[in-house]
Amino acid sequence: MVTLEKRPTPSRFWAAATPIVAVILTMLAGGALFAVLGKNPFEAIRTIFWDPLFGEFAWYLRGQLLVKAGPLILIAIGLSLGFRAGIWNIGAEGQYIMGAVFGASVGLAAYPTESRLIFPAMILAGAFGGWLWGMIPAILKTRFNTNEILVSLMLVYVAEKILSKAALGFLRNPEGSGFPGSRNFKDYSAASNPELIAGTGMHWGVVAAFIAVIFAHILLQRHILGFQIKLAGQAPRAARFHGVNPARMIMLCLGISGALAGLAGVFEVAGPAGQISIDFNVGYGFTAIIVAFLGRLNPIGILLAGLLMALTYIGGEMASTNLGLPSAAIQAFQGMLLFFLLAVDVLTNFRIRMFAKGVA
Amino acid sequence: MDFGGINPAVLIASLMVASVPILLAAIGELVVEKAGVLNVGVEGMMIIGAICGFLTAVGTGNPYLGFLGGAAGGAALSLVFAFLTQALLANQVATGLALTLFGLGLSSLMGQGYNGIRPPLTGAVPFGPLADIPVLGVILFSHDWVVYFSIAIIAAVWWVLRYARAGLILRAVGENHDAAHALGYKVGRVRLLAILFGGAMAGMGGAYLSLIRVPQWTDGITQGAGWIALAIVVFASWKPWRVLIGGYLFGGISVLQLNLQASGSRIPVEYLSMSPYLITILVLVIMSSGQGRGGDRAALNAPAALGQNFHASR
Repeated sequence: MVTLEKRPTPSRFWAAATPIVAVILTMLAGGALFAVLGKNPFEAIRTIFWDPLFGEFAWYLRGQLLVKAGPLILIAIGLSLGFRAGIWNIGAEGQYIMGAVFGASVGLAAYPTESRLIFPAMILAGAFGGWLWGMIPAILKTRFNTNEILVSLMLVYVAEKILSKAALGFLRNPEGSGFPGSRNFKDYSAASNPELIAGTGMHWGVVAAFIAVIFAHILLQRHILGFQIKLAGQAPRAARFHGVNPARMIMLCLGISGALAGLAGVFEVAGPAGQISIDFNVGYGFTAIIVAFLGRLNPIGILLAGLLMALTYIGGEMASTNLGLPSAAIQAFQGMLLFFLLAVDVLTNFRIRMFAKGVA
Repeated sequence: MDFGGINPAVLIASLMVASVPILLAAIGELVVEKAGVLNVGVEGMMIIGAICGFLTAVGTGNPYLGFLGGAAGGAALSLVFAFLTQALLANQVATGLALTLFGLGLSSLMGQGYNGIRPPLTGAVPFGPLADIPVLGVILFSHDWVVYFSIAIIAAVWWVLRYARAGLILRAVGENHDAAHALGYKVGRVRLLAILFGGAMAGMGGAYLSLIRVPQWTDGITQGAGWIALAIVVFASWKPWRVLIGGYLFGGISVLQLNLQASGSRIPVEYLSMSPYLITILVLVIMSSGQGRGGDRAALNAPAALGQNFHASR
């Protein structure tokens, strides 16, 4: 018989090792999946994890790494604060979309004025849009005790409808001869979010992501608020005795994660995506959930996890063009990673005893 | 008898059809939650059920086998959830999310090359002359078997939870797993069975979408139906018959907004199509908010051990 024995304190070794074990297991299971699809598993795994970094086109793809990792990290940092406090914001995708719509609206309203203030105003509007969308579940939760998981998720669908309304209606390019989608920000320098250093993929969103990592690290390690967030998640009763106001915690966590997701949205729409279109969002808000867990809700971990996840996006695109691997396979692959992560996490909190005797 | 181009009898008949997927998924999830397990991966199990059912039905040419395939697919995915949460004691919310993310990816992978194919037709149950009764015939006797099955399964769940010993054990496990364990009930086994039932029902609900409601395969076919099913369980305060009311309410809204879209209403399409989600939120607010001294009505009736993992230390 295999039995689990609870560890007195979580194992520090396994806490650090589980993400790595999970990635290895996912590679094995993913390889099996690709083999079932009739692809050479070794070639597929190499295309996804090795070629973007060291292969033939690495000079270009390495830059793409930051482009994809930026929004993932930015969103995941916000989510991790909530997850730590036991507040489940899973509607980051909606907050991301609303940030993009709000930010783009401000930018497009100013068109074609050239002013240095436009881009900062867009960023503020984007953060506000995401914050607003995050505050809806927060207020409903604190006022009416509504489940934030369901509300934040429902709002993703609402945001998608607003996005399509924006792309087809109120933000549509008036000179776009009736095609859906807004003006392209690449042609409007005051509002665009360009690559800062050519070839690196570094844009303002990536800078913001790095700043968010640093701030989150300080918040959680050095600040009383970070302590309260951790306490609220691990021991809600103790937190209340400590004077932590649960309502304030909810507002704060959902507000911060909404604002960060909104920022990611506006940076994306003004930069890599270039315009508001019906499907400019590619599910970063959902993938960021995996990133947050893979990074063990730790800012530095999230930074690494975001880069790894970005790698699977880029490698997945390569595998789909070079090997004909369906792009959905990568989505399944990412989901699988979360499964394995949750599965091996048992080692952090429990000891596994084989053939335990004497259990009455 | 038409109101603005909408015939009420046809509307009721079509809302009964529209609500079947969420009804099935919600009654399955109700049983799961009654056992004290919160599986938020309904959306993932539904979409896996949708594609498995579709592939089976197209492969065999038999729509009945399709529903069986859908149920099997949903149950298979729920088995992963059961293993992670019951054996490895993983966080239930996180595992449910993983189920959804994985299910969405895997389903679109499995559905490659099946877009645009029409599945074999599931006919209406032949009621003979009964179907020709004006108004009532359309509402009661014009449906496929799954519509009747969904009502029957709600009745069965209600009966089992209320009168059968199995239902009592299930509720005991969901209310206080330590006490149930002390009484000698196998908490893990009961929860495993509940999770499998929930998965099978969600899978069947998904299969109904791809085989009857749409009927074809498109990526992301569920469109949040699984999440609405979760909301309906809260709306129903974990009572089976209220699942039926909730399901028909949402079915009614989605059919009504589609009809309004079709009849060229002045409200823009985007606002109409976001209405089911907004109303879900509204209903959650009403059900969760305190009414006088009653406090949180929904939370009061929630199974006490909902979402907590059980680890028998001794």
